[in-house]
Amino acid sequence: MAYSEKVIDHYNNPRNVGTLNKDSKFVGTGLVGAPECGDVMRLQIEVGEDNVITDAKFKTFGCGSAIASSSLATEWLKGKTIDEALSIDNMDIVEELALPPVKIHCSVLAEDAIKSAINDYRVKNGLEAIVLEKSHH
Amino acid sequence: MKQPIYLDNNATTPLDPRVLEAMLPYFTEKFGNAASRNHAFGWVAEEGVDYAREQVAKLIGCTEKEVIFTSGATEADNLAIKGVFEMYKDKGNHIITAVTEHKAVLDTCKHLEKNGARVTYLGVKEDGLIDLAELEAAMTPETILVSIMYGNNEIGVIQPVKEISAIAHKHGALFMTDATQAVGKIPVDVNADGIDLMAFSAHKMYGPKGVGALYVRRKNPRVKVTSQMDGGGHERGMRSGTLNVPGIVGLGKACELCRLEMESEAIRLSGLRDKLESTLNKMEESYVNGNTQHRLPHVANISFKYVEGEGLMMAMSDLAVSSGSACTSASLEPSYVLKSLGLSDDLAHSSIRYGLGRFTTEEEIDQAIAVTEKAVNHLRELSPLWEMFKEGIDLSKIEWAEH
Repeated sequence: MAYSEKVIDHYNNPRNVGTLNKDSKFVGTGLVGAPECGDVMRLQIEVGEDNVITDAKFKTFGCGSAIASSSLATEWLKGKTIDEALSIDNMDIVEELALPPVKIHCSVLAEDAIKSAINDYRVKNGLEAIVLEKSHH
Repeated sequence: MKQPIYLDNNATTPLDPRVLEAMLPYFTEKFGNAASRNHAFGWVAEEGVDYAREQVAKLIGCTEKEVIFTSGATEADNLAIKGVFEMYKDKGNHIITAVTEHKAVLDTCKHLEKNGARVTYLGVKEDGLIDLAELEAAMTPETILVSIMYGNNEIGVIQPVKEISAIAHKHGALFMTDATQAVGKIPVDVNADGIDLMAFSAHKMYGPKGVGALYVRRKNPRVKVTSQMDGGGHERGMRSGTLNVPGIVGLGKACELCRLEMESEAIRLSGLRDKLESTLNKMEESYVNGNTQHRLPHVANISFKYVEGEGLMMAMSDLAVSSGSACTSASLEPSYVLKSLGLSDDLAHSSIRYGLGRFTTEEEIDQAIAVTEKAVNHLRELSPLWEMFKEGIDLSKIEWAEH
């Protein structure tokens, strides 16, 4: 299967690889997927004043599309408010990276990772976790 | 575009130029139908086929009359298993095979189960070999066929075919083997090995695609199969259809070359394979899959833990290899062969198969080592699992959100 140019670009030059201090109360961490399924994403956000995401980092175990999806997600998250981040839909990722149908689950996982990171941040700061709609698998 | 280094010779092999040269006249001036008995065009084509049949027979130690040409190993597997099941149904309906077989055998057996066959699928030990005691215990008076592959396509392990055929024969069953990966690579002798039926293919031994053969024993015992393709009664009535003369000539030439060069080639290839494997196995958390004593000389299957195989192949675009990971398939299930060895899903997802061949050079192996090491290290830098492993976190204790 041939990958799109954008997938290859993110794969070869992944943005924002790394680790934030998961114990900081300004950092939210989402760890989604499972090794048995062949992909695991860890996405972290650092939230500053006015609920603006000041930094985002990821590490991903998975195929090229999974790595590209999470790399793209971190790029999009920086500078967004939490509310804006919550509106990122997996289909936006599919469109941007031109993912084929068999790779849509990679984008779903990235959306799950974003929401899971936001919830981790919310719970740490005494807010209720947002009940997440089951994204379209 | 620079061509990647080809290390996927278990999927297919390049055509040897000497094979191509032997085939070419049969596309043009020697175009006759080998079944045309009344003119020179037919005779010339038939001569080509007869000569090829001798070349094939010589490689596997049988007589020419025992070679049935087919379109490949998949067809030969189908003909053997379905043909035996139909021919011997008065004797019994039980077939024994193994879970690590190629789909051409497994799916044929599944098809026969719908038509009244009872099939036992033997498991394998951690090293990929079947347990002979388990085979013995599975034999019944209704067992008509034992079908166990010679060498495995994913991990290269060689089953103890002599012992298997002895057990099958002791209980009055026939022994069939899918030897697609073994014929031409290691010595295979149908008499010494006690083989009654054997499927193999040209394109795994530097011949063309679309042609293969089924060996069908004619003496001690005389084995019969019902034809699965009806028509003009070619190939002793077992496989109708105009013979693919250029393909058959190519298969013959490929067999001859393998017979002459196998011994030195096996030594050369296992030397290169061992270099590749032992170097990569020195990397942290890398594991060689399958038995390393009883196996084909040209295959290495290695899992690089905490890295996903498909992602890894993408980072190794300079290499043409394959992975037991199946992120692209709808099921997302990793290799059933690796799983049947007891490998966890994550190790199966992390596997790469290197298949060396006649045209593989030492320089290419050195490059393959360097490319693999770089790619594995790069992806581990990106892997949350690697980071957790390095921090001493037990990954099996984490509650993963399955998706």
